[in-house]
Amino acid sequence: MNARRVIVALLIATTTLGAQAPDRREPPGLGPAPGLKLPAIQKRQLSNGLPVWIVELHEVPVAQVNLVVLSGAGDDPPGTYGIASMTAAMLTEGAGSRSSLEIADGIDFLGADLSASSGTDSSGVRLHVPTSRLADALPIMADVALRPAFPKEELERIRQQRLVGLLQARDDPQTIASMAFSRAIFGPAHRYGTATTGTSDTVKAFTRDDLRSFYAAAFRPDNAALLVVGDVVPGQVLPLLESHFGAWKAAPGAGLARVAPPAPSAPARREVYLVDKPDAPQSQIRIGGVGVARSTPDFFPLQVMNTILGGAFSSRLNLNLREEHGYTYGAGSSFDMRKFPGPFSAGAGVQTDKTSESLREFFNELNGILKPVPAEELARAKNYVALRFPATFETSGDITARLETVFVYQLPDDYFQTYVEAIQAVTAADVQRVAQKYIQPDRFAVIVVGDRKTIEPGIRTLNLGPIKEMGLDEVFASAR
Amino acid sequence: MKRPALLCALVLALPAPAWAQTPRLHVDYSAFTLPNGLRVILHEDHSVPVVTVNIWYHVGSANERPKRTGFAHLFEHLMFMGSGHVKPGEFDTWLEGAGGQNNGSTSNDRTNYWITVPSNALDLALFLESDRMGYLLDTMTPATVDAQRDVVKNERRQSVENRPYGIAEVVLEEMLYPEGHPYRWPVIGYMEDLTAASYEDVVEFFKRFYAPSNASLVVAGDIDPAAARAKVERWFSDIKPGAEPEAITIPGVALTSVHRKTITDRVQLPRLYLAWLTPRLYAPGDAALDVVSSVLAGGKNSRLHKRLVYDMQVAQDVSAFQVSRALSSYFLIEATPRPGHTVEEIQKVIDEEITTLQRVGPTAHEVQRALNQTESSFFNRLERVGGYSGKAEQLNSYYTTTGNPDWFNADLARYRAVSPSDVRAAAERFLPGNRRVELTVVPAK
Repeated sequence: MNARRVIVALLIATTTLGAQAPDRREPPGLGPAPGLKLPAIQKRQLSNGLPVWIVELHEVPVAQVNLVVLSGAGDDPPGTYGIASMTAAMLTEGAGSRSSLEIADGIDFLGADLSASSGTDSSGVRLHVPTSRLADALPIMADVALRPAFPKEELERIRQQRLVGLLQARDDPQTIASMAFSRAIFGPAHRYGTATTGTSDTVKAFTRDDLRSFYAAAFRPDNAALLVVGDVVPGQVLPLLESHFGAWKAAPGAGLARVAPPAPSAPARREVYLVDKPDAPQSQIRIGGVGVARSTPDFFPLQVMNTILGGAFSSRLNLNLREEHGYTYGAGSSFDMRKFPGPFSAGAGVQTDKTSESLREFFNELNGILKPVPAEELARAKNYVALRFPATFETSGDITARLETVFVYQLPDDYFQTYVEAIQAVTAADVQRVAQKYIQPDRFAVIVVGDRKTIEPGIRTLNLGPIKEMGLDEVFASAR
Repeated sequence: MKRPALLCALVLALPAPAWAQTPRLHVDYSAFTLPNGLRVILHEDHSVPVVTVNIWYHVGSANERPKRTGFAHLFEHLMFMGSGHVKPGEFDTWLEGAGGQNNGSTSNDRTNYWITVPSNALDLALFLESDRMGYLLDTMTPATVDAQRDVVKNERRQSVENRPYGIAEVVLEEMLYPEGHPYRWPVIGYMEDLTAASYEDVVEFFKRFYAPSNASLVVAGDIDPAAARAKVERWFSDIKPGAEPEAITIPGVALTSVHRKTITDRVQLPRLYLAWLTPRLYAPGDAALDVVSSVLAGGKNSRLHKRLVYDMQVAQDVSAFQVSRALSSYFLIEATPRPGHTVEEIQKVIDEEITTLQRVGPTAHEVQRALNQTESSFFNRLERVGGYSGKAEQLNSYYTTTGNPDWFNADLARYRAVSPSDVRAAAERFLPGNRRVELTVVPAK
């Protein structure tokens, strides 16, 4: 090629297009990934020993303040499943001298949001508020968290609300599938086999005294922390927190002693549970078993393995069931890691006339992940998990949620700093090892919520294992 | 939506009460237009090392032809299936391999796509976004259309037929809008029209609506604006301009009587839907109707919630929304009676409360409370750059509707200007008892 022509061509390109035409033959290179600039966690405590973790985030004039206690639905005593959840729900229904309506109006008028709820391993009172109104909102939050009144009429109202909610849960195939799955793998006696909110029997039975005693055992400064993220500086926010939470003392009596639940008996073989939803146009499928606790030493290999199997859009389950076969709008899998081993499940909503074909593809992938993973697929999954990690620290809500995880599961101080490195260190052998240890397709429970008359013949031909019908009453029943 | 939204619970809360003398809301941006007509908006935010590429095509289900309902959304799915220099599957594997996330959505009025990546992958994101704008048809085949047709039909089954009360919204819009009005059919489309959509339709739709001059692009986050501009100019410089699509012209619509219907669904409890046709997005009355929805059903102290759910305890839930759109909006009240109570009982109370609001109007406290919550929501929406509701999306939305990406303060000013008497007047004018839709869902036997 003539050198002069090249120069002329370049000049023309610059002047007429204002930009060099792109070379589309290869995707552009990435260059080094940006480093994670972790915001500093400033750890302090109030005069009563209550830990306070503060992260400054000055981009938007808002603040998130979470009071987290280390007791949740997992601590519900047998026979009172749902007590933690009901206790939390009642905190905003009257506290100190404020009525339920006064609490709501006070918070709404400040343009704030205040909620109280329980998860499996923790409960929390969470406030999001413009920084300019933080000082006005904290007294309401402190009443709610420290001085709940559990008014009788409000309890009856919330009780009825929840009973109707449990009735409505029977409408939704996705909810039914999740509940039936938990019930199948954990059984009615294990806490994880029943919804966080409990059953209609337990919800009917709670008394104010039940709630008061759960509250007294769970909500205590030696079992809690305040997590504060947003447009605040410690020198200003700490005195405010001290004035509202510094005098908080534990109620007399012991805290909750967390007892490990008996390990669910491992099934000897695969079983299929059918929940009939007459004329449903889709079948909701869940497949899995008991997985791991959050403390598992296999945490990082499991993140990578599950990403490959069903934890990303380009995961095997989604590419197979959605992109290749078109059976579903989306398929995936996840490990729900809790204080004690929680469920692993793979699932999708699939069109009714492809139910057995979908089940076959699920098992193809569950068996396939037991084999060695190609290097390119492994690298992609590790990059997906590691490189998007910084993006998960963007908002006050994002960061507070991450701090909650560290606090509740007592993760090491350098957990965030070493996360990316730990993911990148996962090898193909690690992935195969954890897959073989935790993915046991021959022992998994299979739940299908769908139009039984249409789908059962096809499912039978797969010979997955014994097929049991599970009625809605059984799915939602209390332990006997 | 391309894929199921797994978690997108935006907590509405916040910001600055009016009396706090809130500073003027303002989001810095720079903008330019490429020779091919693509409008570009840049916004710098270094809070996390992440950049978002957000593009709006000014086409939605309202632009669809008869017998091809749902096509704009089906087309959205095809935009992820590869393009001239990107083989099928590579769009997602390359982005996920770079630590990125992406998705898209279709509404009546527009189609949007967003890619969020670590800032070192901006070139990759722009390469992919520009390649599908310029070269989508190079790899499109009838088989690709068939594959995503099946996915979309399953999206419809999951979100409409197999979701409790899912069919109600479809029926509601059919009752609100006359034959031929583009809001009469659902964005997700009718099954038979999805079946009928062809490869030829894809070619025609792409040429008609996916020109750079019918799009606007926002690049926001951890960028150097000058460098980002150079990258955008490079990646989009070879995209050829196209013809302007014709603007939609529709006759004004109005209800002249009460339209009643009862349908069944596989549910335990009946549900009541009351709906009125109301002023379009940003038109006079739109903001006041947002305040009406707050006074009626925003929070425990709102009038309908307090009476039906809190005091009388005859309803499990009640909600109210002004559903604002470009061509026409509707105001919706939904309520579910508790077991042992009826839709008629609930409707009577709702009508009493609407009548009271029309006669007496709200208190200053109610209006101020609504405004304070609205102001907070403006702050909350500034915390995130990407995704379906971050700053990039808002800049594009404001640009598309008003021509000014930084319309934040003007938008908030609409609410600050609403007085109690405006709220009363809006309720009186726009929520008449004798010109509305009354839809009841009852449990199938």
